[in-house]
Amino acid sequence: MANAHAVAPIGGRLVTPVTVVLAGLTAIAGVILLIRFFFGIGAVTNINDGYTWGIWIAYDVMVGSALACGGYAMALLVYIFNRGEYHPLVRPALLASLFGYTLAGASVIFDLGRWWNVWHIFWPGYAQINSVMFEVAVCITAYIFVMWIEFSPVFLEKLGLKDVKRKLNKLLFFVIALGVLLPSMHQSSLGSLLVVFGYQVHPLWQTILLPLLFLMTAILMGFAVVIFEATLVSVGFKRPGELPILTKLSRIMYWMLAVYLVVRVGDLLWRGTLGAMFVPGFEAFGFWIEMAAFAVPLWLLASAESRMRPSRLFVAAVLIMLGGFMLRINGFLIGYQTGEGYHYFPSVPELLVTIGLVAFEILAYIVFVRTLPVLPKHATH
Amino acid sequence: MSLTRRDFLKGALAGGTLLGTAAPAEARPNKTMPPEALGLLFDSTLCIGCKACVAACKRVNGLPGDPISEDLAMWDAPLDISAHTFNIIKVWHSGTATNKDQETDGYAFMKQSCLHCVDPSCVSACPVSAMTKDPVTGIVAYDPGACIGCRYCVAACPFGVPRFEYNKALPKIGKCELCRHRMADGHYAACAEVCPTGATLYGKVSDLSAEARRRLALKPGETTTFPRGRLGGPDWSYQGTAAKYVQQIYGEKELGGTQMIKLAAVPFEKLGHRPLPERSYASISEGLQHTLYGYLVMPAVVLGALSVIARRNVKPDDDDDGDSAGGGKR
Repeated sequence: MANAHAVAPIGGRLVTPVTVVLAGLTAIAGVILLIRFFFGIGAVTNINDGYTWGIWIAYDVMVGSALACGGYAMALLVYIFNRGEYHPLVRPALLASLFGYTLAGASVIFDLGRWWNVWHIFWPGYAQINSVMFEVAVCITAYIFVMWIEFSPVFLEKLGLKDVKRKLNKLLFFVIALGVLLPSMHQSSLGSLLVVFGYQVHPLWQTILLPLLFLMTAILMGFAVVIFEATLVSVGFKRPGELPILTKLSRIMYWMLAVYLVVRVGDLLWRGTLGAMFVPGFEAFGFWIEMAAFAVPLWLLASAESRMRPSRLFVAAVLIMLGGFMLRINGFLIGYQTGEGYHYFPSVPELLVTIGLVAFEILAYIVFVRTLPVLPKHATH
Repeated sequence: MSLTRRDFLKGALAGGTLLGTAAPAEARPNKTMPPEALGLLFDSTLCIGCKACVAACKRVNGLPGDPISEDLAMWDAPLDISAHTFNIIKVWHSGTATNKDQETDGYAFMKQSCLHCVDPSCVSACPVSAMTKDPVTGIVAYDPGACIGCRYCVAACPFGVPRFEYNKALPKIGKCELCRHRMADGHYAACAEVCPTGATLYGKVSDLSAEARRRLALKPGETTTFPRGRLGGPDWSYQGTAAKYVQQIYGEKELGGTQMIKLAAVPFEKLGHRPLPERSYASISEGLQHTLYGYLVMPAVVLGALSVIARRNVKPDDDDDGDSAGGGKR
């Protein structure tokens, strides 16, 4: 058991065609952001008063942080539900979460018009505790710190600071508890952000259950990302896969998916808005993609045999990520309308910043797993 | 094995507590209007579309123009409110647009500006108290010194009022603040000060409400007196005839009420004013937040439970490279 939990840097070259391309994409995003800070957000994006939150919020923050829930979902499973067998997945998931959240937090700064005042959120006298945004901002910031602490044993191992690590280990249970509480709070609140928008959010998405829907899908997306990453890592770094664990994980996902769909459809039924999905338009279109992306994996993961096929697991994971993506894009963009005459589609520079952020995230992940003890040690490597 | 199962159930309990927190929101009632609240009464039937209010608003607030094209920078001709236009007169028309205030072949004017909600979404949304509601006047004010530019107010406002400067490195939100900066020297909302017909009238909301009710009770075509400027100010009133009003005061009940109220002779929905529920969105959102996070009770309880469970499940040297992990698994 103990050896299976051992981790080690996987080594290898840092400068490869892949990392060079990723670095290039990051640099392009950097230049665009420079323009943004000198000439205003409108100089590089298509946001307007009708769609004042574009993809830098709807994707980078809402979807980005949910896709970064791997660490949260695995911590929930391993430390709260005491499923030690999933332990090998914790560190890589936590690392991806660390970058995902740190960059989601950073991208908020790019989007804030008056970013130099950002500390006001945490300052008594300015802080407005009734604001959902306040709760989200405080919890996400706290969670980023918590994750760096959770991940710090990796650095401490590298630096050989065994004493510090041992002391930290004594308190780690509390850090882990915080690391489960905080994402539960802010991932649900990211959905609550929409409640105050009232009629501006289409009835297919405007519900008091938004926090629950966002929380459940965030956990599902967290598990999906773990499968997605484990598959890519085993293919990309030519390592043996973690199939047996992923198969077990997918069974949990199957049941969560089923519960989620019951809640989602039940809520629509309860509010009597099922009919809205048959009214032709962008909203219905977005809704069907979202629901299909959650429903198809339910079918893909239904049998024990299919859960043992890596390709099926991978497709199911990608679909769940798409479903969570669509729920958030639907709620914040497609299903949001403040009045007639407003249009929004992200501009090329706007997209390039988002792409650059993702590229930077992948780049940092590669550098970290090659140089730090993150991935499970495999004798066959 | 049985221990593991028990732990699992405990974990399920904690997880269930977290998930169950999205119970139906505890009601936080709508906020109520301060007794001395100030506001505006806009009477669409008196408006002649001269836009003196638009020009005056720009002048007293020091706002730059929204020119119709770059070649005609001197021609300030805004089509909508913006970060540089806090108040606009829009026209609705149908058919030949020949009859004022009639639905068929008619036209009507409507003013758009901040309604100074009794329970404003922007104030509820703002994370840094940059949007505040004055406890006495009820004016919804903006403080750029506090603002972080997150634009949650822009997205949240059900009337699409706060606007943002997208093309500035150091941007601000712009919206009507009922000329609160001019009150110290006895002035009031410039749009009402300059309105030649009294279509925009300033005063205490209670007085404006009574005036609106008086007008709704008039018989169409009846001669009556229309005050101008400010209710309770110098008598600038004039004789006019009552229009065939729609029997509704827009803003009296919508989302818990607004301090700018409106009268019209054409259904409000045609004038860009949708029917809205009486329950404020701010009360729903805050009710939800307070249910989940009131006094941090729920988070504290959940954190305690999670800590206890995590303490049992995290092995002493869980993340170590194996020296003591052998005894870790029970």
